[in-house]
Amino acid sequence: MTGWAALVPLPVMLPLLGAGASIVLGRLLRAQRLISLVTLSSVVLVAALLVYATGTAGTQVVRVGGWPASMGIVLVVDRLSALMLLVSAVVTLGVLAYSIGQGLAGVDEDTPLPVYHPSLLVLMAGVADTFVTGDLFNLYVGFEILLAASFVLITLGGTQTRISAGSTYAFVSLLSSLVFLVAIALIYAATGTVNMAALAGRLADLPHGVQLVLHLCLLVGFGVKAAVFPMSTWLPDSYPTAPAPVTAVFAGLLTKVGVYAILRTQTLLFPGHGLSNLLLVAALATMLVGIVGAVAQDDAKRLLSFTLVSHIGFMIFGVALATPTGVGAAIFYVVHHITVQTTLFLVIGLMELAGGSTSLYRLGALARRAPMVAVLFFVPAMNLAGIPPFSGFLGKVGLLQAGARVGTPMAYVLIGGSVLTSLLTLYAVSRVWSRAFWQDRDQSSDITESPAPAESAGSTRSPRLPMAGEDDSIEERGAVATVTGSTIRVPRGMLWPTATMVVLSVLLTVVAGPLYRYCDAAATEMLDRADYVTAVFPAGAP
Amino acid sequence: MTPNLTLCVLAGVLVAAGAYLLLERGIVRAILGLLLLGNGANLLFLVAGGNLRQAPIVGHALPEHMSDPLPQAMVLTAIVITLGMTAFLLAMAHRRWQLSRSDEVADDHEDTRLAAAAADDTAPAVVGDFEPGVDLTEPGVDRPGPGERAETSGTGS
Repeated sequence: MTGWAALVPLPVMLPLLGAGASIVLGRLLRAQRLISLVTLSSVVLVAALLVYATGTAGTQVVRVGGWPASMGIVLVVDRLSALMLLVSAVVTLGVLAYSIGQGLAGVDEDTPLPVYHPSLLVLMAGVADTFVTGDLFNLYVGFEILLAASFVLITLGGTQTRISAGSTYAFVSLLSSLVFLVAIALIYAATGTVNMAALAGRLADLPHGVQLVLHLCLLVGFGVKAAVFPMSTWLPDSYPTAPAPVTAVFAGLLTKVGVYAILRTQTLLFPGHGLSNLLLVAALATMLVGIVGAVAQDDAKRLLSFTLVSHIGFMIFGVALATPTGVGAAIFYVVHHITVQTTLFLVIGLMELAGGSTSLYRLGALARRAPMVAVLFFVPAMNLAGIPPFSGFLGKVGLLQAGARVGTPMAYVLIGGSVLTSLLTLYAVSRVWSRAFWQDRDQSSDITESPAPAESAGSTRSPRLPMAGEDDSIEERGAVATVTGSTIRVPRGMLWPTATMVVLSVLLTVVAGPLYRYCDAAATEMLDRADYVTAVFPAGAP
Repeated sequence: MTPNLTLCVLAGVLVAAGAYLLLERGIVRAILGLLLLGNGANLLFLVAGGNLRQAPIVGHALPEHMSDPLPQAMVLTAIVITLGMTAFLLAMAHRRWQLSRSDEVADDHEDTRLAAAAADDTAPAVVGDFEPGVDLTEPGVDRPGPGERAETSGTGS
């Protein structure tokens, strides 16, 4: 164990310790904020060091409790894990800063929502655990940690819409975890281990049919979490009702945890081209069904949830190609998408604050009234659609090149599907742009209020309400937009974190060269597998 | 190893019953379904552990006569996790009951709204965000309202 390995458990431990301290200090809002900020900043630092360490000193391994790797839990950080840790920690820190600005945890010292900060930290711990673990059962535990935290966050405030959205989410997530648990039981029965490095060798010796069953069980379990079609319908129903920062962090991290697990399954556990074609078909369907769903929506939050589903297809496309360039491009795309999708949901929160709604028929003229928000929306929206020179374009080009290099008919179909999806994404986000930012509000609200006069009570909601629009007394104390003359000012505490995230998403273009090299190195290392296995079992796998 | 047939069959029965319950509209039944499914998966771990031998306690039995302790540790973890999740789900079911006096999982209101709009062929759709307790389904659409469903479930339980 080198010195760097000592850092490996920290991304899980620090947030859990922080969450504990944060619960104890539940009534002291300032202390909670300080703890969360310090904890997440330290996780960012640790993750950055791990990225450096895996780049220079190779894969880092920790045997938890000193047990031999074949019996105990091992934590393994290779290039992919380190990169995912870094991106998710940065994104969570941005969301935390935003929610502090919003006053989600309660602006009023008398009625804070003391559960928000601890839940966010536990979520971070769960996400980090899934990224660092080298043990299949521990991966399940990591999933459950992040699920438990996400259940609390998605039902925050306990209003009716959130409870019903929360139940959909909770049942689907728990069911997918159960499928995964059954898969683990079957894998243990077949091989006698749940250590991923040991499985890399042993699974290949199983009969073909058994391999197929295990592989499919894992893919279904992870596919639900990653929202791969046809297991994606739960996502647009459950994400949009949560408060903006919660949706943002979910959109950024939770589906990507599923993608990460699929990446590991396809490269470490079941390498080669098994089920590649199935995944390609799923990727195509995810892209197209998702984006067609997005085009049909008239609510900005739901529209973005559908684009989220659709772009999961791009990552699965890269993974299914199973070549170093394909997997490398998929990793780059994951990094790009975590940053951009989170940023967009944060901006939607600002739009909601400025316009009082997320319905495209009620928003209007925001470009004039809140120009800063307009800029903040435009940049990541174009990034998502893949306009050069943004990272979305670079990621998509990488995927298309990798697809063309594979050159099978299916790969070319996928290339066509990707281009179509990009165009439709551009159409979908342009619709949000023109409806919410360019068109005049009066004109558009005329159209909308005529068919449903009974609903007009809902449309009188003032721009004061910070979040999804529930008349929840806790949330009314949150941030407010102030109207001065013809312009609307959103609170600086929310504007700055969002602006920082937008800048970060643009910076991905600047560092695209080194980042792509790192991703390709990560992909080569993963497809080779020898690094991972020898790091865990220096004396050879048992 | 020879798998224990009783355990296998029992796991199958539990999973089947759980799947059936999970498909129910009532949220409490769905929770019970998840519990049964979870227990089915737990039994599967016991099967995965191989033949039952002596308790795996150091000093109590020789290592070659012990049962495999690893699946038991995993089952224990899974049981604890299921316990926590069930507690949360029950709290959520209770909150639903407080809010709507109904145990039913309603159709997603946005979907209902879009479907109703498509049926009426009046785009743009109804504008308003969901108002708690208001049934957005158009009367013409063939779908029972939440009130009717609540009644049928009331007589059932």
